[in-house]
Amino acid sequence: MGAVESLLAGFGARVIATLAAIGRISIFAVRALLQLITPPFYGREIFNAFLSVGYYSLPVVGLTALFTGGALALQIYSGGARFNAEAVVPQIVAIGMVRELGPVLVGLMIAARVTSSIAAEIATMKVTEQIDALVTLSTKPMAYLVAPRVLAGLVMVPLLVGIGDIIGIMGGYLVGTGRLGFSETAYLSNTVDFLEMRDIVSSLAKGCAFGFIATLMGCYYGMGAGRGAQGVGRATKTSVVAAAVLILAANYVLTEAFFSA
Amino acid sequence: MIRLEDVHKSFGKKPVLRGVSLTVEKGSSTVIIGGSGTGKSVTLKCVLGLIQPDSGRIFVDGAQAKGGDRTEFLSRFGMLFQGAALFDSLPVWQNVAFRLLRGPDALPRPQARDKAIEKLARVGLGPEVADLFPAELSGGMQKRVGLARAIAADPEIIFFDEPTTGLDPIMAGVINDLIREIVTEMGATTMTITHDMSSVRAIADRVAMLHDGIIRWEGDIREMDTTSDAYVQQFIHGRAEGPIAAVR
Ligand SMILES: Nc1ncnc2c1ncn2[C@@H]1O[C@H](COP(=O)(O)OP(=O)(O)OP(=O)(O)O)[C@@H](O)[C@H]1O
Ligand SMILES: [Mg+2]
Repeated sequence: MGAVESLLAGFGARVIATLAAIGRISIFAVRALLQLITPPFYGREIFNAFLSVGYYSLPVVGLTALFTGGALALQIYSGGARFNAEAVVPQIVAIGMVRELGPVLVGLMIAARVTSSIAAEIATMKVTEQIDALVTLSTKPMAYLVAPRVLAGLVMVPLLVGIGDIIGIMGGYLVGTGRLGFSETAYLSNTVDFLEMRDIVSSLAKGCAFGFIATLMGCYYGMGAGRGAQGVGRATKTSVVAAAVLILAANYVLTEAFFSA
Repeated sequence: MIRLEDVHKSFGKKPVLRGVSLTVEKGSSTVIIGGSGTGKSVTLKCVLGLIQPDSGRIFVDGAQAKGGDRTEFLSRFGMLFQGAALFDSLPVWQNVAFRLLRGPDALPRPQARDKAIEKLARVGLGPEVADLFPAELSGGMQKRVGLARAIAADPEIIFFDEPTTGLDPIMAGVINDLIREIVTEMGATTMTITHDMSSVRAIADRVAMLHDGIIRWEGDIREMDTTSDAYVQQFIHGRAEGPIAAVR
């Protein structure tokens, strides 16, 4: 076989493998969603998942949003100065945070923090036969491990995005009023007047989608982990990369859906 | 009664089970012996449905065990995993009481806890370990917690994968007696994997030797010492020379 042919064959094999993975992930996603509405429900597991996905992510989300909102205000001010548009800082910070940066940054932080920990935990359970033990104790891993985490992603991440949006705007406000000379009441009223319902709905919808993606990827790659410590490492890495890429792709699709013409 | 008929299983290109056929009578204790890596654990996992055999059939009480929803099917089983496989996010007592705390016949927590402590006592562990986490226990203690979990719901069929490995001789004796008691007093059907010949003698009604992917020899425990099968003889006497290669 010639070099070109083997190159093409290698490429073709990659494409087929990717398509197969997409198929498997889709099936897993549907099963996970169906499991959300199928008993048994494990209250304690759900509570713990809500705590670790939602509550414990607050510091990371808050800090990320605060600094980003502040930096955004500075950038818009100096960029806007080139065509005498410094005054639009509050509006652009609001729209930038709520429509794009809030959901995307929170999504990516959740991928880093939550997806990795879910994948590592479930993968460790897999390689130490804890998943097998779960099954022999008549407990479905889908119901006990996956559903609570995915539910937490669907519910808590939009909340985190909402909080992130607000803190991001606060960051812009602090910089705008503290460093750039905006009046406090004008900054806030400009922000509030400018934002539309659609901006907020799209933000929360993105949060929902990204939370689903982040938790689902952690569960999927964790459950599929290979053997040994290497299997755990690989599952963790792949899940975070997959979650981050899918979040960015989904962000584009959702932006098209909400805002194109 | 558990019956395996011509069960095959390969991992990739490597055949592990090459036609295992074995019958385990209700209320009896069968011990599976055989070299390391011959597929003993895989055999038990096939019966539980954790591993799908490539071909062959497995019956439990005459009904063929199939894929799909096994929750009901598995509620009759208890399993001690070779590596204990304790849930490290749960304290010891919740590991032991895992099944008791869930499902349609779930016990209230205080009662489940009492039952867990009672089962822990049977494997020689005091109530003070109940609130520890698995990571705080020694290997042998983890194994015994795994054993307590396997027997917690008084299942009809129990599999023990190397129950005495990693235990001191006295504790191994306690565990052997316990397994024997579960069979004779509670009428459970058990399959035990062990490398420990004193365990084999203490536990077994019947012995099956797995070698090269098939049941090489099967018989009553009383026939084990007198059989002329060279594989069994080499194995039970732990000789380096014989038909079983030392490098596998
Ligand atoms: N999930 C798996 N994937 C790939 N290979 C496996 C898997 N499980 C078991 N094997 C292989 O099957 C063979 C039999 O494994 P098994 O765990 O049943 O051995 P065993 O008889 O229980 O040995 P030991 O006495 O050392 O526990 C081994 O060679 C192992 O590498
Ligand atoms: Mg084994």
